[in-house]
Amino acid sequence: MILKGKVWKFGLNIDTDAIIPARYLNTSDPAELAKHVMEDADKDFSSKVKSGDLIVADANFGCGSSREHAPIAIKAAGIQGVIAKSFARIFYRNCFNIGLPIFESQEASDKIAEGDEIEVDADKGIIKNISKGEEYVAKPIPPFMQELISAGGLVEWTKNRIKSS
Amino acid sequence: MTITEKILATHAGRDKVSAGELINAKLDIILANDITAPISIKEFRKTGAKQVCDKDKIALIPDHFAPQKDIKAAEQCKMLREFSKEHDLSLYYEVGRMGVEHALLPEQGIVLPGDLVIGADSHTCTYGALGAFSTGVGSTDVASAMATGECWFKVPESMKFVYFGKLNKWVSGKDLILHTIGDIGVDGALYMAMEIEGEAISALTMAGRLTMCNMAIEAGGKNGIIVPDDITEQYVKPRAKRDYKFYTSDSDASYVDVKEYDCSKIQPTVSCPHLPSNTKPAADLSNIAIDQVVIGSCTNGRIEDMREAAEVIKGKKVNSNTRLIVIPATQEIYLQSVKEGLAEIFVNAEAVFSTPTCGPCLGGHMGILAKGERAIATTNRNFVGRMGHPESEVYLSNPAVAAASAVKGRIAIPEEVI
Ligand code: SF4
Repeated sequence: MILKGKVWKFGLNIDTDAIIPARYLNTSDPAELAKHVMEDADKDFSSKVKSGDLIVADANFGCGSSREHAPIAIKAAGIQGVIAKSFARIFYRNCFNIGLPIFESQEASDKIAEGDEIEVDADKGIIKNISKGEEYVAKPIPPFMQELISAGGLVEWTKNRIKSS
Repeated sequence: MTITEKILATHAGRDKVSAGELINAKLDIILANDITAPISIKEFRKTGAKQVCDKDKIALIPDHFAPQKDIKAAEQCKMLREFSKEHDLSLYYEVGRMGVEHALLPEQGIVLPGDLVIGADSHTCTYGALGAFSTGVGSTDVASAMATGECWFKVPESMKFVYFGKLNKWVSGKDLILHTIGDIGVDGALYMAMEIEGEAISALTMAGRLTMCNMAIEAGGKNGIIVPDDITEQYVKPRAKRDYKFYTSDSDASYVDVKEYDCSKIQPTVSCPHLPSNTKPAADLSNIAIDQVVIGSCTNGRIEDMREAAEVIKGKKVNSNTRLIVIPATQEIYLQSVKEGLAEIFVNAEAVFSTPTCGPCLGGHMGILAKGERAIATTNRNFVGRMGHPESEVYLSNPAVAAASAVKGRIAIPEEVI
């Protein structure tokens, strides 16, 4: 899978309240949630972001609550993937479970600037910065997580298990 | 092995597990609330499962936007009610019986020592105070768990936190954990088990222990855990309706790091906006004016917290520039507060005394902040916009400091009003 698009940059400790404020959690409709994505970090983000864009952030992205609404809102806004130095644990889990590609790379986070055009080879974990002519490597994804991705997320994985038992 | 590794190993049907391994383990309790369960229910239906793994293991609790704050919230709560009926779930708690989930489950003896618990709520880590392994997951994890009774885990590395010495007056579990997060940062224990021990912990009440484990997630931790002892036994015995097991850590268990704290040096502590790690001694913040005070939540909404706040505020009035909202976390705590005369103390002080709900803790309802307003709360998060407008501010403290601040209309320590 190749993800190619323009980058929006965010800082350190972007929490789930910034990604999707709790005041919008009286629904779980992805399209509704997408309207408010990243609102408390950047008020106008949902009107600026284009389908196919990517987010690059500093460390501990997605800290705070367990709300799956956070990766859902990001995905529903058309964002193809997120690169960060590190992810908060539940957010990390949720992304694999719902199928939002994420990549951990210190170097990519440091060197990619807002507006850069990048191309991510999701299978190999290679991040190309087209604007700067650079290349970075993401941390490898554990085999079980790869199994989840190839099954199409946790629900499909569970479905296969129920069938085979 | 550590207590965390032992509980995970037992539930995975193994003699031994080590940090970093991915395992599948059997669950004792699976939890979701009115925000997270609707997604779990939708995803559960997609798994093709005809029935839930066990009708007595799934707790669905409408507490965040309940009592239903608007039509959309009512629709979400309705999904929980209907799903619980459809599958005959024994642990569904309707408004009137419900409480804030992480206060309710230990109180009702639903979660017990040695259990393996997941919840689609990040503060599920609270139950580590009972010597259980419990951790927050996403809604889809809960969906899969409701179908299979199992969940995948990466066995975490453990970090040890040792608290020695005696607590100063008006210092409680909240101050210890805020101080710790201030020391190690909001990702200081990322992906790790935080094992909490020491002479100050051995002397700490179950309420204080629950408060500490509740906030493990605020340091990025996977779980907080305390090896069970006599205090655990006294708390659990009258509540348990099934068997439970005490696990301990081996003396040769391995820890990636050990942090030690001298409690005599820890003062009432406040987290300033906009991160729980941004801590300062409460005494240094007396110039911070406060518009709203909230005492409640899964962190500090227990009877001990109500008593502490009432002790400070008794016979006084809430400052005319400030509003005080007191929310006991469960119906049992509410009733106990009435019986002990605490409710009367709060109402006489001109505070709001509310039915159990998460409400303002997550900026849901029952006390939302306007632009530019500032609150001090006994809750656990002070992120941008957490309690309302993105330009409002939240400070976090223990109940005594919150109550003193309500009287003074600015951040204050209890000694200033007592
Ligand atoms: S009281 Fe606050 S932190 Fe606790 S479960 Fe409710 S919303 Fe979450």
